[in-house]
Amino acid sequence: MAMGPILRNIQLHKPWFSLHHSSASRFISTLVLAEHESGQIKSSSISSVEAAKSLSEDNTISVLLAGSGPSLQEAATHAASCHPSVSQVFVAESDKLKYPLAEAWAKLVESVQKTGGYSHIFAASGSFGKNILPRAAALLDVSPITDVTAMSGCHQFVRPIYAGNALCTVRYTGESPCMLTVRSTSFPITSGARANAAPIHQVDLSTFGEDVLDKSRYVKQSSQDTERPDLGNARIVVTGGRGLKSAENFKMIEELAEKLGAAVGATRAAVDAGFIPNELQVGQTGKIVAPELYMAFGVSGAIQHIAGMRDSKVIVAVNKDSDAPIFQVADYGLVGDLFEIIPELLEKLPEKK
Amino acid sequence: MKVMVAIKRVVDYAVKIRVKPDKSGVETKNVKMSMNPFCEIGLEEAIRIRESGLASEVVAVSIGPAQCVDTLRTGLAMGADRAIHVESMAEHLHPLNVAKLLRALVLVEKPGLLILGKQAIDDDCNQTGQMVAGLLNWPQGTFASKLVLDKEKQTATVDREVDGGIETLCLDLPAVITTDLRLNQPRYATLPNIMKAKSKPIKKVSPEELNVQIRSDFEVVQVSEPPKRKAGVILSSVDELIDKLKNEARVI
Repeated sequence: MAMGPILRNIQLHKPWFSLHHSSASRFISTLVLAEHESGQIKSSSISSVEAAKSLSEDNTISVLLAGSGPSLQEAATHAASCHPSVSQVFVAESDKLKYPLAEAWAKLVESVQKTGGYSHIFAASGSFGKNILPRAAALLDVSPITDVTAMSGCHQFVRPIYAGNALCTVRYTGESPCMLTVRSTSFPITSGARANAAPIHQVDLSTFGEDVLDKSRYVKQSSQDTERPDLGNARIVVTGGRGLKSAENFKMIEELAEKLGAAVGATRAAVDAGFIPNELQVGQTGKIVAPELYMAFGVSGAIQHIAGMRDSKVIVAVNKDSDAPIFQVADYGLVGDLFEIIPELLEKLPEKK
Repeated sequence: MKVMVAIKRVVDYAVKIRVKPDKSGVETKNVKMSMNPFCEIGLEEAIRIRESGLASEVVAVSIGPAQCVDTLRTGLAMGADRAIHVESMAEHLHPLNVAKLLRALVLVEKPGLLILGKQAIDDDCNQTGQMVAGLLNWPQGTFASKLVLDKEKQTATVDREVDGGIETLCLDLPAVITTDLRLNQPRYATLPNIMKAKSKPIKKVSPEELNVQIRSDFEVVQVSEPPKRKAGVILSSVDELIDKLKNEARVI
């Protein structure tokens, strides 16, 4: 069955959704490029749905998942009930989409867009969205906007520039679709799961294989530590910098994080020095976090690091240099030796609830 | 094989930028400008590839106003063989326009590898490499922390820094690579190389000659400062810190 008629029917007949738009307003519909893991849609993708909802109450939101195998279909089921604003879920199942390769995904987005004619396409601003969305935008001949932190109307957005030291409000004056990557920390999930699931449709991929570039092959991925809370979502983050001096000493940061039920973060200096793996780097070109509590030990506070954590609710800094720039953003500072302060904290902090 | 590297002239990474009082943009007059750090890493990688015998020539490219020539001279001093300057006064050379210009140059120069920085530290877009790759229909290896070329198989094995750690891909050449921080440590240009660079060619090309129309898809409404955090306090003991976190901030 061809995809086109199905999509058109869905957009016109939605019993739980009323379309209120004056003749002056344009029909807003958003395709969210979603990620999944272990049979669940990722929370950063649900944040993208929140972001789409904040664009317009009349936004028809479709979620697109791709991959292969049973965990994909499980993730689709989860996606169908993850947020009340999801109108439908599209599933693209193919061996070519087993891994999130940009070449295949961009072709998929181009194809789904040509059929669905969305006014907006969103992805979360992580390594998946940033890798894929611009390539898809080039195929569709539109200019994308990266790392949006706020919407002010359907075609006006705010995004950080110069490592977040300035905020740029841009109006998009190009053609449809308007394509954005959105910063998850700026669109926290406020709605819970819903009782009635949205419909799930399989994307027709019968002609998909033909023009997908076969020149990119997945080899392997480093394994991640899944015990600790995810850095992007954790309520508390404990970060270590160059001041920890060695990978061995970094274990103190891990112990403190364990005590607080926190995620572990690191500065570029700590990762470059080999104390800790790259996926824990917080900063302009690493992860952007906005936890309730951010504790930085032995971190000087370079502009590029601040860019990644300046939206934290409460910032604590511990450094033996009272002139360290980190103290300019910290709510609470302690000037002293972290090798004495961390053990004292470990001793005196209450056990996590 | 030729390696082409795109480089951008940006406000130096150490500069504390100021937003203009009229909110029209960021103050860039009399501010130190440098080669984008990610572009430097890209150029360094290209030069190492040539030094290892896997490429015959490194061509540096920059798109923008006349001052781009300074950045290209630095690139030549680092070791690029020649440079191309696409002169454009366009106020906002958005990634899509830059991508189209780079594509046009690639079709002329026919490199086996196109390297770009993952993002420019001024606009922080992180789009151009991906867009050129899409326009050229070449495979892409973005956020590269390691690059190994195989001359016989004509492939590039790329380690990429992704949210979950390191992902390794194998790409058929020609390909587009965007550099991440840990790919290499760029060299400083030595004085003899700076002198040699003065006689290396910089070719000037216009967007019209490349048959590319610069199209504007955005309007900058305003540029503002981020919300300021209220001033913090320096505490005198761990006990005080725990007390504040528990009873004042209420985060633990």
